[in-house]
Amino acid sequence: MQASNSYLVLVLLAVAAVGFALTPLAAAWAWAHFFSPQKPGKDKNDTYECGLASRGDAWIHFRSEYYLYGIIFLVFDVETIFLLPFAVSFTGLPVGAFVAMIIFLVLLVEGLVWAWRKGFLTWS
Amino acid sequence: MIEEGLKNELQKQGVYVTSLQELYNWGRANSVWPLTFGLACCAIEMMAASMSRFDLARFGAEVFRPSPRQADLMIVAGTVTKKMAPLVVRLYNQMPEPKYVIAMGACAISGGPFKQGYNVLKGIDRYLPVDVAIPGCPPRPEALIHAIMTLQEKIRNQELTGPNRPRHLNAEIEGEYPVPAYGKHDLEPPKNPELWQPPTMQR
Repeated sequence: MQASNSYLVLVLLAVAAVGFALTPLAAAWAWAHFFSPQKPGKDKNDTYECGLASRGDAWIHFRSEYYLYGIIFLVFDVETIFLLPFAVSFTGLPVGAFVAMIIFLVLLVEGLVWAWRKGFLTWS
Repeated sequence: MIEEGLKNELQKQGVYVTSLQELYNWGRANSVWPLTFGLACCAIEMMAASMSRFDLARFGAEVFRPSPRQADLMIVAGTVTKKMAPLVVRLYNQMPEPKYVIAMGACAISGGPFKQGYNVLKGIDRYLPVDVAIPGCPPRPEALIHAIMTLQEKIRNQELTGPNRPRHLNAEIEGEYPVPAYGKHDLEPPKNPELWQPPTMQR
């Protein structure tokens, strides 16, 4: 077999694999859709609680303060990514690039200072 | 539709014919997953039936599901107290169609030795459509196996089309049964009149 055709087998196999997975799903969907009528109800759509009547809503709110930790992590993460190439090519850099990098670092440090003064780094 | 005689004749020659209905029911009957759910001492026999000595797995019914969302069969194993009855009905309502009920033991059928008790439901058939009832106090695991086989027989013989088709294929029949509430003296309503009426005495 030629080199250009050797990938055809892979494509055919991939199609067969996807078809193998999708055919039962499609058959199940078709059966449910055309033959087996849906019978939703108050109990059936309830949150499952071992037979007891469900209390409250499943759509409750969680505290979203994690985003602050996410932001502080991002400060250090981005800093690391840019500092490594900066350090490697430090001796060959022109003055403009050096100044730009320092401004960038100051911006990131400003974010850290902001978080520090807000008290987010004090974990209780 | 193929005749029974021709079918047998073909089978002797090694040719197996089947209909979609038979195939569907064959699959359904051999994968009846019960709900993990025991109310009293009958549940111990139910556990024994699912263990290695009696091996309910031979009938495809060993996969006890801890969630009603995945179960096909509710084995009401034991005394149903009036406190528990609404929960049983609610669990049944939460099971997906097609679903079946086995009332296991004298208590689940009729209240059993506790029938005169103020707090015992006199049979789960007052609220749920029971498919197979097993007598016994408690029934031995063989009796439960027999009930599973009886249920399999019932599933195999169900017709998928026509007026006698099972409930889950009939859009007009409601999927949920009313859940009784705790009343002042008894459950309200004390029975589902569509399912159960007290026997009338002929004098």
